[in-house]
Amino acid sequence: MSDDRGAHDHAHDHSHDHGPGHALHGHPPLQPDDTSAPGRHELMVLAMRELLIEDGVITADDVRRGLETLDSWEPVRGAAVVARAWTDPEFRKRLLENANAAVAEFGIDPGDARLTVVENTDKVQNVIVCTLCSCYPRAVLGLPPDWYRSKNYRSRIVIEPRQVLKEFGTEIPDDMTVRVHDSLADLRYLVLPRRPAGTEGWSEAELAAIVTRDCMVGVTNPGVSGQSLRR
Amino acid sequence: MTGPFTPGDRVRVVSTHPPGHRRTPFYVRGKVGVIERVCGEFPNPEELAYGFDGLPRKRLYRVRFDQTEVWSSYAGPAGDTVDVDIYEHWLRPA
Repeated sequence: MSDDRGAHDHAHDHSHDHGPGHALHGHPPLQPDDTSAPGRHELMVLAMRELLIEDGVITADDVRRGLETLDSWEPVRGAAVVARAWTDPEFRKRLLENANAAVAEFGIDPGDARLTVVENTDKVQNVIVCTLCSCYPRAVLGLPPDWYRSKNYRSRIVIEPRQVLKEFGTEIPDDMTVRVHDSLADLRYLVLPRRPAGTEGWSEAELAAIVTRDCMVGVTNPGVSGQSLRR
Repeated sequence: MTGPFTPGDRVRVVSTHPPGHRRTPFYVRGKVGVIERVCGEFPNPEELAYGFDGLPRKRLYRVRFDQTEVWSSYAGPAGDTVDVDIYEHWLRPA
């Protein structure tokens, strides 16, 4: 995706020419969020999608429904999982041993990906990246934020993680280990943050409310009164 | 092919740079790490990428590297690590 998303407000009336007769296919036109001119790979995706629809392999409706499913995955799902792990030691154990099975209890299906939960302790801060692309635990966190996909984050978090964490407002003392997880293959990582002090007696719902997406990537830590350390 | 490895084994990542879709990042090639866990067996993504079936499945390991091993100029404390998922055919005993 281009980095200048949103910089072009003009209408989508100038690019990939569908040629005569296109309107006869009968599929409803998709309304892309990004109306800037497509790049080479985006054009390939568009061409592939049109061919698959033309040949009846998929329908435009399948595509739309797939996008809606992706959009419906949000970090609140991961937050609920974390809050349960904080309040139920048996669940926490199951989550660390076999996360796919544990999140199934919430109706979450990571599919082929092997969800792997790494636990922060008073000695270890875990942080997640995919240096090759943007592998991300979508089933529990939804779509990755732009910064997660940026070359800046992906290259620097493995080379100077403490500096990058500091830029997120997260200062890790030297007597703690910073453990970077590069998810390159079939595993998807989720950070189980430490439950902050001052949350004794909180309900699962109250706890889930302080678990942000960034906490579960490991670049920040949850704090009480809804404030993570980042703010 | 070597292995199978078990957690705690020291391994060196093969230092080679073949063309194509490779899931082992450049920054750990030739570096020594420790097997953190055996993740199971998966169809080989380096074959899947080209439309093959990825069989036979390859064993996937999580390998933990000291940051000071990976980056000679690493600025943080000695205990910091980077964990990388690496397929068996990229690993040799160290």
